Amino acid sequence: MTNRRNEDVVMPATASGRAKGQGMSRVVVVGYGPTAHRFIETMRSRGFAGSLTVIGEEPRPAYDRVALTTYLTEDASLEYAVPSGITTRLSTRVTEIDRQAREVVTLDGERVPYDTLVLATGSAPFVPPVPGRGRAFVYRTIDDLEAIREASLGSTHGVVVGGGLLGLEAADALRGLGLKTGIVEIAPWLMPRQVDEGGGSVLKGHIESLGLEVHAGVMLQSIEADTVLLADGRAIPAEVVVFSAGIRPRDELARAADLEVGERGGIAVDAGMRTSDPSIYAIGECALAGGVVYGLVGPCNTMAEVAADRILGGSSTFGGSDLSTKLKLLGVEVAQFGAMEGALDVTYMDPVAGVYKRLFVSDDASTLLGGICVGDASPYTSLKGFVGKPLPASPSDLLFTGGGLSLDLPDDAQVCSCNNICAGTVREAIAEQGLTDVPSIKKCTRAGTTCGSCVPMLKQLLEKSGVEVSKALCEHFDYSRAELFDIVRVRGISTFSELVSTVGTGRGCDICKPAVASILASLNGEHVLTGELAALQDTNDHFLANIQKNGTYSVVPRIPGGEITPDKLIVIGEVARDFGLYTKITGGQRIDLFGARVEQLPQIWARLVEAGFESGHAYGKALRTVKSCVGSTWCRYGVQDSVGLAIALEQRYRGLRSPHKLKSAVSGCARECAEARSKDFGIIATEHGWNLYVAGNGGFKPRHADLLVSDVPTDELIRIIDRFLMFYIRTADRLQRTSTWLESLDGGLDYLRQVVVEDSLGLASELEAQMERHVAGYFDEWRAVLDDPDKLRRFTSFVNAPGVPDPSITFETERQQIKPVLIPLEVVRS
Amino acid sequence: MSTLTWTAVCAFDDLLPERGACALVDGRQIAVFRDFDGAVYAIGNLDPFSGANVLSRGIVGTRMGEPTVASPMHKEVFSLVTGICFDDPEVVVPTYPVQVRDGRVEIAA
Repeated sequence: MTNRRNEDVVMPATASGRAKGQGMSRVVVVGYGPTAHRFIETMRSRGFAGSLTVIGEEPRPAYDRVALTTYLTEDASLEYAVPSGITTRLSTRVTEIDRQAREVVTLDGERVPYDTLVLATGSAPFVPPVPGRGRAFVYRTIDDLEAIREASLGSTHGVVVGGGLLGLEAADALRGLGLKTGIVEIAPWLMPRQVDEGGGSVLKGHIESLGLEVHAGVMLQSIEADTVLLADGRAIPAEVVVFSAGIRPRDELARAADLEVGERGGIAVDAGMRTSDPSIYAIGECALAGGVVYGLVGPCNTMAEVAADRILGGSSTFGGSDLSTKLKLLGVEVAQFGAMEGALDVTYMDPVAGVYKRLFVSDDASTLLGGICVGDASPYTSLKGFVGKPLPASPSDLLFTGGGLSLDLPDDAQVCSCNNICAGTVREAIAEQGLTDVPSIKKCTRAGTTCGSCVPMLKQLLEKSGVEVSKALCEHFDYSRAELFDIVRVRGISTFSELVSTVGTGRGCDICKPAVASILASLNGEHVLTGELAALQDTNDHFLANIQKNGTYSVVPRIPGGEITPDKLIVIGEVARDFGLYTKITGGQRIDLFGARVEQLPQIWARLVEAGFESGHAYGKALRTVKSCVGSTWCRYGVQDSVGLAIALEQRYRGLRSPHKLKSAVSGCARECAEARSKDFGIIATEHGWNLYVAGNGGFKPRHADLLVSDVPTDELIRIIDRFLMFYIRTADRLQRTSTWLESLDGGLDYLRQVVVEDSLGLASELEAQMERHVAGYFDEWRAVLDDPDKLRRFTSFVNAPGVPDPSITFETERQQIKPVLIPLEVVRS
Repeated sequence: MSTLTWTAVCAFDDLLPERGACALVDGRQIAVFRDFDGAVYAIGNLDPFSGANVLSRGIVGTRMGEPTVASPMHKEVFSLVTGICFDDPEVVVPTYPVQVRDGRVEIAA
């Protein structure tokens, strides 16, 4: 590219002695389509005083190609008004550009001089090289349409080759001419550039309901006299065949003049629409801007305006354009905006109503990337402006409400089909009981408690009732835990300070700090007491022990699968005896030692670590225990080695920090002695492998776990658990157990199965890799503390008296063990 | 006005940012905190809701800009400046004058 300034283009200082000044400069436009029209219109409206000549090969001035179909049916005039002061040469074909002389040469040898040349030669329909192609028509110009109209007189059947945007328009035209019309599309569905498979299938339904035949995923073989043959052997009757299988830029003039063209066609231009010759511009469908040939009106018009601005001395640029489209074809609204793919997407589909909407969002679910709509293009209008920007609401809410879709359900409309709850019931509960969130609606009405698919509607009913649903974690972050997780993951944030200073306010609290600590631990795997992380931890994680009601702590060494050697059992007994700890066997097949003061914890753990014990993470929102029955090794009923699997799982997931504690169990047969179905993930042996149950809970609200997969071998089982746990860790709210998490998932168990078993989001390998990093990065937290004097310093009751025990901690004796004596309360009231 | 009697309890560097420690001053348990900006605060260590001496082990943060600690027992939040409980403003824990002199944290109790 040259470094010549813009003024040089407008006022060429050539040797031919032309007078300087805009008024004397000559601009010639080759091609007279809509883009050329926009160009001359812009030049005139901006007061260009030089001469402006447009040379077009069609016998008429530019017309609106987008409305071609209406030309046939309504005989409307589509021509644009020619701006005043323009020299137009119609039915004139330019055959050569003489760059040396700065002249274009027409077919009959006339030479038209220019100072600035603008190529707006457009494109030509692509006609694939099939036998019989000579019999077919193309669909681009008014003359093409006239020819089609003539041919359809006396014909009964037509076929359009190409199921894209223009193809469907052509099909509509044939249908309007009274032909029984078929559409042949090589891609597996219609409009493959604008919609995905789901949208394509909904679109197909619409098109077929209008009496058109759709033949997708098949190639055209040949065109015979009254039929077309398809590659799969079918013959379709068609006297009129129209090609609409894409366009090719008309760059032949530019090629012959040695201007730079793209490998696959198109006249190469810079951001100012200038070709490799500084006095020649190219705009519209013939131009290759930023490596892309644009076939849509919007970007072509922008190119025309940019070129005009440059020629007039401006500096505007064409920075590319998204190929967003919104149109109504055959009465069906189709819209596509932004990207057609994304790390995450949310889809709404109603095959009965023929509506399909899908939004794509970034992998941190914070940014709208694009969307596809069929049957209802309303989200296009409201959301196109948000492409590349933070989502104005959750994707599912946007699909329901953000598109201007008014979902003011009548009171008798069923919201929750599982429990037969109507909108009116939900509204009443919101109003009368002052409900402000979805969980309370679930509790009061039971709506959304089964499959969870109506949760978005519940949210919407809440919003419409004027209740603002806040997902903010606390006053310091306007984000949910899942959103913070993605922010941390995507931005690679490693400290709370960085996070709170970039996306939060203040200095955090007891709600957000442990939540962020958990996120950082899940992602980075650092020791929880490393540097600034230590300040984020709840007292349990800070002292790696469980605080009890008198301010002492309890200690739980890990006993994987509940299997322990007598020697290790003796060590636990000796430690408990020597430190005077209350000893109890837990529900998770471990041993809990109570009554330890902070300064005793390192001494206790020094003994335990020496004997080969590790932290049991009883203090953390982390994997607790994988309990097991005796299994097939000893039990006469057992069909699989439940103890072996439990140990393997506990060692795999030990130390894994999560939104809440995680419990697991493995039963060796269907008798289910390990109570696996009350666990976050429970495994029950079958004759052929393992059944995996997820999202069970004992606790406050008991819930039997749901069967996720059956009869899977061990390696597959572990892979699915890996994905399940990591998906939970990524997406759950703070302190949300797997049971409530599953109930809150839109789509419930089926959705979960799609994601973690069928890999519908394409996340599986990422989730597995994340788990592999956890497994590889595991270390024993207590051993690491004992090895680090800095971390050990905090284990004192008094900073100014390190050896002194807290005198307020006292015990009495009950059943031969200690029992805390509580301090009488003296609450100071102001 | 009587002059305050200052007792040095630890080095400023012994306190971790946004974490507390407990000092024993004349038999009284006093929780000392260092905030993110290096300011120090001293309140009683006794959690009036649980009756346990644990406030020094709570999470330090802010509520509408005011420095706070949350009891590790049941998460009631107290102002480090006034000792007033945000969740029940009738409940107040004692506060103590505290200063840093020559790198030492001193409490007047």
